[in-house]
Amino acid sequence: MYIVEVKNITKNFKDTVAVDDISFEVGQGELFGLIGPDGAGKTTLFRMLTTLLKPMSGYAKVLGFDIVKDYKKIRKHVGYMPGRFSLYQDLSVEENLKFFATIFGTTIEENYDLIKDIYILLEPFKKRKAGKLSGGMKQKLALCCALIHKPDVLFLDEPTTGVDPVSRNEFWEMLRKLKEQGITILVSTPYMDEASLCDRVALMQKGKTLSIDTPENIISRFKKPLFAISSENQYSLMQNLLAYENRDTIYPFGDFLHYTDKRENVSTDEIMKYIESLNCKKITVKSIKPNIEDCFMALMEEN
Amino acid sequence: MKQFLGFLVKEFYHIFRDFRTLLILFGMPVAQIMLFGFAITNEVKDVKIAILDESKDNITKEISSKLLSSGYFIAYDNLKSVKDIEPEFRKGMIKEVIIFEPNFSGNLLKLGKANVQLIADASEPNLANMIVGYTSSILMDYQKDLAKSGDIRPSINTDVKMRYNPNLKSVFMFVPGLMAVILLLVSALMTSISITKEKEIGTMEVLLVSPLKPFQIIIGKVIPYLLLAFVNAFVILGLAQFVFGVPIAGNTVLLLLESTLFVITSLSLGIFISTISNSQQTAMMVSLGGLMLPTIILSGYIFPIENMPIPLQIISNIVPARWFITIVKSIMLKGAGFEYIIKETLVLAGMTVFLIALSIKKFKTRLE
Repeated sequence: MYIVEVKNITKNFKDTVAVDDISFEVGQGELFGLIGPDGAGKTTLFRMLTTLLKPMSGYAKVLGFDIVKDYKKIRKHVGYMPGRFSLYQDLSVEENLKFFATIFGTTIEENYDLIKDIYILLEPFKKRKAGKLSGGMKQKLALCCALIHKPDVLFLDEPTTGVDPVSRNEFWEMLRKLKEQGITILVSTPYMDEASLCDRVALMQKGKTLSIDTPENIISRFKKPLFAISSENQYSLMQNLLAYENRDTIYPFGDFLHYTDKRENVSTDEIMKYIESLNCKKITVKSIKPNIEDCFMALMEEN
Repeated sequence: MKQFLGFLVKEFYHIFRDFRTLLILFGMPVAQIMLFGFAITNEVKDVKIAILDESKDNITKEISSKLLSSGYFIAYDNLKSVKDIEPEFRKGMIKEVIIFEPNFSGNLLKLGKANVQLIADASEPNLANMIVGYTSSILMDYQKDLAKSGDIRPSINTDVKMRYNPNLKSVFMFVPGLMAVILLLVSALMTSISITKEKEIGTMEVLLVSPLKPFQIIIGKVIPYLLLAFVNAFVILGLAQFVFGVPIAGNTVLLLLESTLFVITSLSLGIFISTISNSQQTAMMVSLGGLMLPTIILSGYIFPIENMPIPLQIISNIVPARWFITIVKSIMLKGAGFEYIIKETLVLAGMTVFLIALSIKKFKTRLE
């Protein structure tokens, strides 16, 4: 049995299609990532899976329960951490945790093992009001609150958005540990670099899935040679390459432009030569391995 | 049950940690009743007057002492001549001058007619009207007393009678209205804000994805405010009775039970408002604009309903406070028993049932 099973699910808000005919399955103990920019439909999909929204068509099952008919049963067994910080700002760290333990009919002590690693970091601040915590701390507390009733499946909606890189790494480390304890985790994120930390990912764009696979498989399907190019004046370089007849795709990517060529076995030297003819200075051209974002861009282009 | 208690504890944390709101909740009833009780009075008490007695006979002396012992007036000065009147008024020291004509008692007894002139400072027209009214009625009284003793027939017979509030104490009239406004404010406004707050900060999303049932959430929100409103009802009644001496003529238990009914009506209004608004601001605007104004203006709290145009009188029927104020006035001031307020009680109960049914129907177990 799949822990989460989504079949041809669609959701409209008036004229906008937020989620468009999506299907996927998540198995026991899997860390599944929904990756896509803002407006891709990640939150809507999560809200449907956590029984907060009804689909227009298609169906989904969580732990074998239908998200529309058996919503009460699902609500007992899932942990949900919404995208926005959704705890009580005027309650202390300890009181928040206690409250969520109580409404799920359990106590902090009963499931302390599960949250111990995370809660230890919060313990020095347990008397502090949740509203006065730093972003990273808030996120850890929210995770504790979502975990305190020992859910079978955890839905984390953009947990790392707006959190510093160190805390983000810590957070993924925690998710890995939870996964080891057998909890199935669905996590959404707009950060492409976090895809490689998931077992499998669904790349989403405008309500549709572009690809659902392991990060490695998605990357291995990127067949074209990829180059990273930089020069003194990136803007004019970009304009020139956009006008180049052999160009296939080009995207700015940090300090570099990621470039693919229409010709099949094109070499670094050939590209170098062309750019030098444009009177550019301090040119670097190197052949690189694609990452998830390159794949995402390529898949977007195909659709 | 444990889940529900946990929820209730959380609600009390919210209330007691928000110090400013708490101050408003408990400070407002006290401030308002003090304001209406002491400052905004339209009663006549210890008004300074001057008497110019050009007759100085037994009757004028008797009338003067009757005026001054009434409690409405105190003598500021006994004037020597008409010339002194103007300066005294200008100084603003007196509000009224009473002038008896020379040979007052002689004229009254022989001709059956004597003249007395009342001059009032009409820069405050309402007060002047009242003072003159009070003075004339005292003069009339005296005239009647004289008539009883035989010789003269009174030519005017005015019957001034104030039922239920013989001394026209305005605080008596304000207490029922004040109860309605405060209870409504605490119950409807605070509940609707408290529920929409959870929607606004996103915690409702988490609460919905939990085993808590909708009615547990609603009851958990309602109980703290029911208690607060009850405390407020006690404070208002206590102040009214012990500071202003407003009597509770009827049954106190009945009064408290009726107040509880009105609080529940207001709470269901609050829940209803929260189901139709998504932000605290909307909830506050709807509560203040949609509830407070009608409650103050259309309930008979300040303006008598009988004097309103017919369309407004009809609209006033859907204002719960209108019925509650009638109930409180009947019990507190007239000492009426339950049999006299059955109609009003049923109207309130009906409104409550209707609103609760509507709210449960509209409460969303999902986000849409």
